[in-house]
Amino acid sequence: MLATQTAEYSVKDIVKSFGGAKALAGVSMSVSSEEVHCLAGENGSGKSTLIKIMSGVHAPDSGLITLAGKEFAHLSPRQAVNEGVQVIFQDFSLLPNLTVAENIALPTNILKSSKIVGKRETRKIAEEALGYIGVDIDINSPLVETSIASKQLIAIARATNLGVKMLFMDEPTTALTRKEVNKLFEVVDQLRKRGVAIVFVSHKIDEIQEICNTITVLRNGEVVAEGLMSKFKAKEIATAMTGSEIATSRIAPPLGKDSRSLLELEKLTSKNTFDDVSFSISEGEIIGLTGLLGSGRTELAEAIFGKYPVDAGCIKVDGKEVTLNSPEAALASGIGYVPPDRLTQGLFLEQSILRNIVAVGLDRQRSRWGAISKSKLAKIGSSWISELRIKTKNPINPVSSLSGGNQQRVVLAKWLSINPKVMILNGPTVGVDVGSKREILEIIRDRAQAGMAFLLVSDDIPELVQICHKVLVIRHGKISKEFNDKQISESAIYKELN
Amino acid sequence: MRNETVLILAIVVFSLVIGSKSPEFFTLANLFDILRSSFVQLLFALGVLIVIISGGIDVSFPIVGIFAGYTAVVIMQKFELNGESLLIPIVLAIVIGTLLGGVNAIAIAGFGIPTLIATLGTAGIFRGLMLTLIGSSFISDIPIALDQFSTSDLVKFESATGTLVRLHVLVIPITLITILISLILSRTLFGRSVYALGGGVEPTRRLGISVKGTQTKIYLLAGALSGLAGILYVSLQRKANPYDLAGSELDIIAAVVLGGASIMGGYGTVFGTVLGVLFINLIKNNLVLLGVSSSWQRAAVGALLVIGITLQAIGESRRNKRRRALSESEVESSE
Ligand SMILES: Nc1ncnc2c1ncn2[C@@H]1O[C@H](COP(=O)(O)OP(=O)(O)OP(=O)(O)O)[C@@H](O)[C@H]1O
Ligand SMILES: [Mg+2]
Repeated sequence: MLATQTAEYSVKDIVKSFGGAKALAGVSMSVSSEEVHCLAGENGSGKSTLIKIMSGVHAPDSGLITLAGKEFAHLSPRQAVNEGVQVIFQDFSLLPNLTVAENIALPTNILKSSKIVGKRETRKIAEEALGYIGVDIDINSPLVETSIASKQLIAIARATNLGVKMLFMDEPTTALTRKEVNKLFEVVDQLRKRGVAIVFVSHKIDEIQEICNTITVLRNGEVVAEGLMSKFKAKEIATAMTGSEIATSRIAPPLGKDSRSLLELEKLTSKNTFDDVSFSISEGEIIGLTGLLGSGRTELAEAIFGKYPVDAGCIKVDGKEVTLNSPEAALASGIGYVPPDRLTQGLFLEQSILRNIVAVGLDRQRSRWGAISKSKLAKIGSSWISELRIKTKNPINPVSSLSGGNQQRVVLAKWLSINPKVMILNGPTVGVDVGSKREILEIIRDRAQAGMAFLLVSDDIPELVQICHKVLVIRHGKISKEFNDKQISESAIYKELN
Repeated sequence: MRNETVLILAIVVFSLVIGSKSPEFFTLANLFDILRSSFVQLLFALGVLIVIISGGIDVSFPIVGIFAGYTAVVIMQKFELNGESLLIPIVLAIVIGTLLGGVNAIAIAGFGIPTLIATLGTAGIFRGLMLTLIGSSFISDIPIALDQFSTSDLVKFESATGTLVRLHVLVIPITLITILISLILSRTLFGRSVYALGGGVEPTRRLGISVKGTQTKIYLLAGALSGLAGILYVSLQRKANPYDLAGSELDIIAAVVLGGASIMGGYGTVFGTVLGVLFINLIKNNLVLLGVSSSWQRAAVGALLVIGITLQAIGESRRNKRRRALSESEVESSE
């Protein structure tokens, strides 16, 4: 399957607006086969929009698309598919009602224009595709029943089929841990050698530097930097994206000596997932929890939020023992939880941004007559939109009109706005650009200083180092190491993880 | 438990109850009667099934059916076509049904009107057109071939008790069509696109599947099935009454939903629909035996529709739980 000659995939002077707001203001970019091209930029800078234009999902207002020598002013998804374009969409774009096997095999069948779709053939295509990226997922299970990480892997397997010549990867690693990312990078390398042109989008600078040869940086829909990857240092990429320098120093706020403990876990145990876990978080304290996929960290977080069964041990909130057998019970005791899969969970995509932000806290906003004051709702929502810098023209617009990273911020705003005593953030800055990461950490710091207790579950070690008072490493369901204040460093945590 | 299993159980239980009240229930004659009254409904139901899987809803099919059946008869008479031919009226009705399905396709795929509104509108238009342009009078002397077809039996004999046992020849073509639709849905790219559409329009479009093309095919196919159902109805009834079939939406949609098709789209099987149709007919034809007056039939079917949808909702929430359990074990095993 070696491509014999190099092909060029490019766009020229692409302009695209959504209802008056310009998402792309004359963008040109070119990628050739055997190249891994990084497309970088802040949330809402137009990365996904550009990908959707090159794959025929959106029609540009003006500009020209060239796919391997063929020019298109208007491109349909089918034409793009025929030219070998495949996309791993930021929101996965999978079909929940079909099986894993069918989700993976459909693009191949469409490309081949096969009128008849055999069950055995479908399974074979799926098995090969999953084997190619080296993962083992039950191909017969319905897609709805798979985890978020599996969904991302399925989206990857489906796009890396044999027909692919131009592969767009829009934040393909958000739900993956390092182990899977390493495997993915091997695949990217193989594809590149096979002659595939690849566009890679990620907010993780180390990933970009590791895998990409060339880079285009977008800011507000315009190209602000481009060139060979080797010419850019990590700092420079971040600066090009945001237009300013980004600080990475530690900003964990000082802890009051006599602050009372808000959450206490005593020998919390759930059969086969986590075992004998004890720690406490006091007022204003920020605790980080990290560990590999399967270490039990997400289950532990969910158990505290009443979403995962506990077999032994107890949880105390504010000194009182509580039974948390449902998220409602946890919420009532003052615990909030932001799940890691924000794009597929917890948002009403077609409802307004305002409504989504106040969705959880709705009951608190009701006036005496049970009605929700529109103006009050708008005020609360708007203050969050500006605090989290959610990029939108109008808070009444549906959440679906936001870029992926901005949708994530809406979920954050929604949970912060209910102001729980203890906040569990699973992947606090997933999909958020480097510039805004720091801003979100600063918001966490400010909330902590106001007394909120935080548990941050994260893979992003630098971020834990910047903000946490204490970092716990979980391994096979047990806390294997605890780093306190001065002991916290990236190298020490990485060492414990591997 | 799968939807089909639940239905089979329901059919068995209901049969046992009726059978205990009236011994003639468990006779071949009665079984064949139920089959006979299911043929037309099953054809309609297959069309509805495809539409529902794709995430739409069609309420125009009864009028499409009677329009096609009635008009075919009118054309036969007006142009004095060979009344001995069975094929001509059937082909005519299928063509008319397909054309009317094409009107639905234009409204839905072309203008993007929501399916319920579109078919509600076209149903009104079709009815008006038929009554004003084609005719509004009852035709009792339908073409001879159609008339005779109503008594074309595959099996016919007198049982020991003296009742006439008849199995209509339609059982063969209807079975073949049912299998064909099942194969189309499960084994062709078009069929899988119908499911994909029900799973999500935008993801389907992004895959390079033509949403409009698929929708057009769906409504053409549903129209063709309705047209065929309409002419068979006319034949089996031995009369063409333009006011017939109105109101049969409820039975058919209830059958399809009870058969496990999700009103939200994306799910549904031909086997489930066959069971659903049989079940609805069983209920309708035998409630009288349980001492329930026939005026309660519609209420009963309506109640079944509500029950079917409720069961779906319960199933959905159970699926959610299972999903969680599964994704957890998956994480564990991936270590
Ligand atoms: N369907 C839509 N309707 C209205 N506005 C849209 C739509 N899609 C994108 N936009 C707007 O276009 C701009 C660019 O969005 P895009 O999704 O391309 O950003 P992005 O660079 O991919 O960001 P992220 O890193 O958050 O994924 C944003 O301001 C967004 O709100
Ligand atoms: Mg994006």
